[in-house]
Amino acid sequence: MTLALVLAALLAVGLVLFVARPFLREPETADDALETPGEEELRRLALAEERDRALQALRELEFDHRTGKVSDEDYRALVGPLRRSAAEALRALDPGRDGGPGSEHAPDGP
Amino acid sequence: MAELGRAALVLTFGLVVYALVAGAYAAAARRRRLARSAQNALLGAFVSTAVAAAVLWAAFARRDFSFTYVADHSALKLPLAYRLSAFWGGQEGSLLLWLLILSGFSAAAVLLDRRATRELLAWVTPVLGGVACFFAFMLVFVASPFGTQTPPADGLGLNPSLQNPYMLAHPPMLYLGYVGLTIPWAFGMGALLSGRTDERWIVATRRWTLAAWMFLGIGQLLGSHWAYVEVGWGGYYAWDPVENAALMPWLAATAFLHSVMIQEKRGMLRVWNMLLVILAFGLSLFGTFLTRSGVINSIHSFTQSSIGPWFLGFIGVVVAFSLTLVFWRLPLLRSKTKLESLVSREATFLYNNLLLVALTLTILWGVTFPILSEAVRGTAITVSKPYYNFFLRSFGLPLLLLMGIGPLVPWRRASLRSLERTFLWPLGVAVACGVVIVALGGGSSKVGLITYTFAAFVAASIALEFVRGTRARHALTGGSWVVAFGGLVARNRRRYGGYVVHAAVVLLAVGIAGSSLYQTVREQKLQRGQAMTVAGYTLLYRSFATKQGPNSTESRALLAVSRGKHSLGTLDPGKNFYPVEQQTSNEVAIRSNWATGEDLYVIADQIDSDGSVYFKVLVKPAVNLIWLAGFVFVLGSVIALWPDAREERRLAERYGTAGAAVRA
Repeated sequence: MTLALVLAALLAVGLVLFVARPFLREPETADDALETPGEEELRRLALAEERDRALQALRELEFDHRTGKVSDEDYRALVGPLRRSAAEALRALDPGRDGGPGSEHAPDGP
Repeated sequence: MAELGRAALVLTFGLVVYALVAGAYAAAARRRRLARSAQNALLGAFVSTAVAAAVLWAAFARRDFSFTYVADHSALKLPLAYRLSAFWGGQEGSLLLWLLILSGFSAAAVLLDRRATRELLAWVTPVLGGVACFFAFMLVFVASPFGTQTPPADGLGLNPSLQNPYMLAHPPMLYLGYVGLTIPWAFGMGALLSGRTDERWIVATRRWTLAAWMFLGIGQLLGSHWAYVEVGWGGYYAWDPVENAALMPWLAATAFLHSVMIQEKRGMLRVWNMLLVILAFGLSLFGTFLTRSGVINSIHSFTQSSIGPWFLGFIGVVVAFSLTLVFWRLPLLRSKTKLESLVSREATFLYNNLLLVALTLTILWGVTFPILSEAVRGTAITVSKPYYNFFLRSFGLPLLLLMGIGPLVPWRRASLRSLERTFLWPLGVAVACGVVIVALGGGSSKVGLITYTFAAFVAASIALEFVRGTRARHALTGGSWVVAFGGLVARNRRRYGGYVVHAAVVLLAVGIAGSSLYQTVREQKLQRGQAMTVAGYTLLYRSFATKQGPNSTESRALLAVSRGKHSLGTLDPGKNFYPVEQQTSNEVAIRSNWATGEDLYVIADQIDSDGSVYFKVLVKPAVNLIWLAGFVFVLGSVIALWPDAREERRLAERYGTAGAAVRA
């Protein structure tokens, strides 16, 4: 009984110290604000998701075309809009660049 | 040591309340150190819960019957492995297992996602804390496993049905699945609370969902095998409410796993995905409620208890909270893109989702109808096997067919000409398979014929995907075919892991159809020296013997089995009598033919005092494909789960650059 209570007390003290650790390590801090993404960051994130989606779609289209799942006609009809949306997302993310799914984010092979 | 267990659970309760309250305040007021402290509380809760669990396990190992729970669920002669698994043999231990896994998963989620999803995790912490609060509250105030008493000379023992190696793994696997679904739900709710409704929460929980779904699948297959070898009625799935309770969240999670891909690839179905993750988690709670509340009659309801209303209340709170959040954030969840064509990969995923949800809801209706009818009319009207079989066929067969169609259809849209070319081979294989089955006499069951034909179509479409993919990769990179195949799978693990899982479903469908639609059953009473014939097998009843096992009396009838002139050895079905528990179990005998997947399954249904035995013999074609499907299922899941360094880099770049560019 006594041993159990001692062990329980030790466990409680250890866990309370662990929970209080962020305050014990930084008793006073100039910046206690939780990092929050601003509107601009969220907008860029949405664009990055859009870019990845378009590049991934291009990659899959290329692969499906190569395997014969997508016919030449379907490929020609789909590839243009996908390239344009990838280029738009890249341009929006980096207005300085010339657009087009260039080398940095180019879809790789299957 | 019961005091240590009790104290540890009180500590857990305090910690998770803190994680809930302090975590919610920290997330709302944007306090960094407090948010971190709340996360530490979740980590600490795992430590204290692990201490409580260790105390209970130690009590079972030491046969400490001063613990009421230990005395109620074990006995002096119970082997150690079953004493340890008796931990989850009753109500209180099961709740403790839930909390142990939940706190372990919560701690892992905090540690793995602390850096990557800081602002999301700030809201996930109180959500996880809230769920843990309920279970810790139950264990501290309603159903404590640490009640003590004056130790009796011996315990009451463990239900004989639970004294089986499968029971060592089946419940923990199911619980890993049930509890694992808490994490994607908590991240979904965290996303809604924080307003971060982009794909971050889906990316963070992709593996959690897949792992939970895998564990739930393995748990169900282990349970089916347990029913098959241990319960002794000749089947593996009886549409028992508790079996359904595990199937429903698995089906909902299957739908979720497919529909998140549409969100990732097309940015669609955001509201639907939130609803599916709520449905999956809600059903996992409902499953635990069904198993543990005692509201239904089931072979799994080992205990009757009063925790039902608590559970029902908690499920109500969870559903109301989740739906309110979805409604609140609806403007953020609207999709910008639309379905381009009804003949596209995303459309087949959508049809798959509708069928899966329809199947889930019809099963849910079948499970809840007896409870509702009892509440309203005072009599429980049970929904029986034909109801479930009808809907399994109505929704399951189209689902099977879609599994073959989906991989053959490209994203966005497909022209008729490309479809003709892609479908040619799989359709040819399916038709050929149908003709062969009819020629072999399999046309006696139309459902069986359709299942086998659809299965052949799916198998051919999967094989075609691998062949075409490997060929394309080989053309692109050169090298050997093996390297091309390996590269193909390694570079798109989710897709090809998924195809392997689809192959497992094909095996499962063939196994279920073969063993249920084409099985032979014969029952006959035999005296020693008499024989019976079933589907080409001859069984000669030779002798009867009784011996003393470690904690039971084992009676066995010895049968010599032959087929034509070939002797196939002996089988010894019988019964075990457990004197402590005062219960008898059926011990079936099974002879498996691994080449054909067929089982000869013998039950000694009734043993008379004169030594005559009433045998029930079943010949179940292809039944072993069901268990083989389990291994293939695990293989596919592991391939899909395996970390992909290229994918990780791409995601790190995505989430890193968005923030870095703004901060620069």
